[in-house]
Amino acid sequence: MIGAWLSGAGGPLLSGLLSHFRAVETGSEMNQHVTAELADPVNIAAGQDDVVRLVDLKRRFGATPALDGVLLTVKKGEILGIIGRSGAGKSTLIRCLNGLERPDSGDVFIEGREIGRLGERELQPLRRRIGMIFQHFNLLSAKTVEDNVALPLKIEGRPKAERLARAAELLDLVGLSEKAKAYPSSLSGGQKQRVGIARALAARPALLLSDEATSALDPETTRSILALLKDINRQLGLTILLITHEMEVIRSIADRVAVIDAGRIVEQGPVWSVFAEPHSEITRSLLGGIRPQLPAEIAGRLLPGAGAELILRIDVAGEAARGPLLSDLAVAVPGPFRLVHGGIDHVQQQPVGTLFVAVAGNDARHLAEVIAFLKAREARVEVLGHVAGSV
Amino acid sequence: MSPVLFELLLRSIWETVLMTAASGLISLVFGLPLGLALIATERGGIAENIWVNRALGAVINGFRSVPFIILLVALIPVTRLIVGTSIGTWAAIVPLSIAATPYYARIAEVSLREVDHGLIEAARAMGGNRWTIIREVLVPEALPGIVAGFTVTLVTLIGASAMAGAIGAGGLGDLAIRYGYQRFETSVMVAVVIVLIILVCGIQWVGDRLVARLDRRG
Repeated sequence: MIGAWLSGAGGPLLSGLLSHFRAVETGSEMNQHVTAELADPVNIAAGQDDVVRLVDLKRRFGATPALDGVLLTVKKGEILGIIGRSGAGKSTLIRCLNGLERPDSGDVFIEGREIGRLGERELQPLRRRIGMIFQHFNLLSAKTVEDNVALPLKIEGRPKAERLARAAELLDLVGLSEKAKAYPSSLSGGQKQRVGIARALAARPALLLSDEATSALDPETTRSILALLKDINRQLGLTILLITHEMEVIRSIADRVAVIDAGRIVEQGPVWSVFAEPHSEITRSLLGGIRPQLPAEIAGRLLPGAGAELILRIDVAGEAARGPLLSDLAVAVPGPFRLVHGGIDHVQQQPVGTLFVAVAGNDARHLAEVIAFLKAREARVEVLGHVAGSV
Repeated sequence: MSPVLFELLLRSIWETVLMTAASGLISLVFGLPLGLALIATERGGIAENIWVNRALGAVINGFRSVPFIILLVALIPVTRLIVGTSIGTWAAIVPLSIAATPYYARIAEVSLREVDHGLIEAARAMGGNRWTIIREVLVPEALPGIVAGFTVTLVTLIGASAMAGAIGAGGLGDLAIRYGYQRFETSVMVAVVIVLIILVCGIQWVGDRLVARLDRRG
């Protein structure tokens, strides 16, 4: 998009500037948002902190690969969100973690132990260390709420008194004590998922897997369930791995996010960093719903060639987004500009901003100065195109 | 109706109830595990084994395709082996049970198959083994269907027991044919039909009530 109009309207000065910004997009296959503690997952020696470590996990169904060499670690106490479109392989991935699905090759380490090649009988005690919650709750309709919650303990062979005491404790934790004797059919969706969470926690797991746990719930219930999961994560220090197709879920509770596409992790890092600077096309598209986008009626009028105004997209995050960026711009580079759309969002207490700004479309030098100023302030700038009239 | 005929009617009711109850119970005891075996061994089941599944299916279909009156006669040697005689009420229970067991196995299979696969997955994710899945998930979740299917089986058995008169088992059907039809005793025929209607309605009513109490699916 950028190259097309450059040849017509810009000059060598501009193209030099812009090619710098474009270089960011053509990264390696795996886009790693490096943080202080996060190194290459392959080279981490079986870290004590890793509750989950996946190494080159592969699984195909017929000719289609569902998992195509997944590398991933989940640290103790963190919430890792895996996001992808349906069919990206996230369900297969989460099912490999408790042996409901077997990988064709690669290793699945849970608390340092490889489980990918264990038999069903050896997996059974291990699965008790891993709680799981489901999109459709999967509560047993023939059992009362407390019997549902106590079922993992019954499977473990605990005495009845202990099971019921633990169930009461957990129902209190999820705020459903008064429903202990009710049957699941009398509960609302959110209440059912609370029971699902209580049941998943019954056997004191080291890891909680969440398989689209809020996808069948309305937005308000989703928020309360996510808040509950975050509470549990903080109070119990429980490690949580969740899969979802909704960025909103990732943004509300995840510490780190991994983006899966066609069976590969294409991008991962701290949530705010991925939100601020998504490298892969799929991440950008998944972010589309919750990050500011150029309004469609303006996007539809963008021209590659000359026009009265030029639309810029400015992405700024972290420290850079805390300063008076736009007023400084007005002082440093005199000349009119208008804010068309956008805003500053806060993800993991970090400001993440996306602004769409219109500047005069016929002054290449002015544009270069604007871009140079913004770049100096650690903002990323993308020239989207011209618009003929005023927008 | 003469007192003799009335006494005959009472005895026939008892014979029918005995045949139905005994063969019904036996078909439940053997048919439910057979239904579970069919579900467990099918593709994607908890003990997948396609060959066992096909063999079981073939045997069940074989028994189900033989008309009951023929099964009744063909099984005479087997009956003699089990109860020591090939005539009378107890002798009829053997072929009735053998006919009802595969019938009930198929009905149980249908109910068990309707159990949401997600529930089985949840039980596996909790670390449950096959026995846990059967005891905690499959049977309790399918119970309303299992009970409703048993009701259907009992009613079918009442009908089938009418043919058991062919090997001297007595029962209401036999009474209706020998007295009501062949001897033109209309009152016997009417009485038998009324008793049968009451029996069938009674069984259905009890079955429906039980299903309503068991069904928590809301």
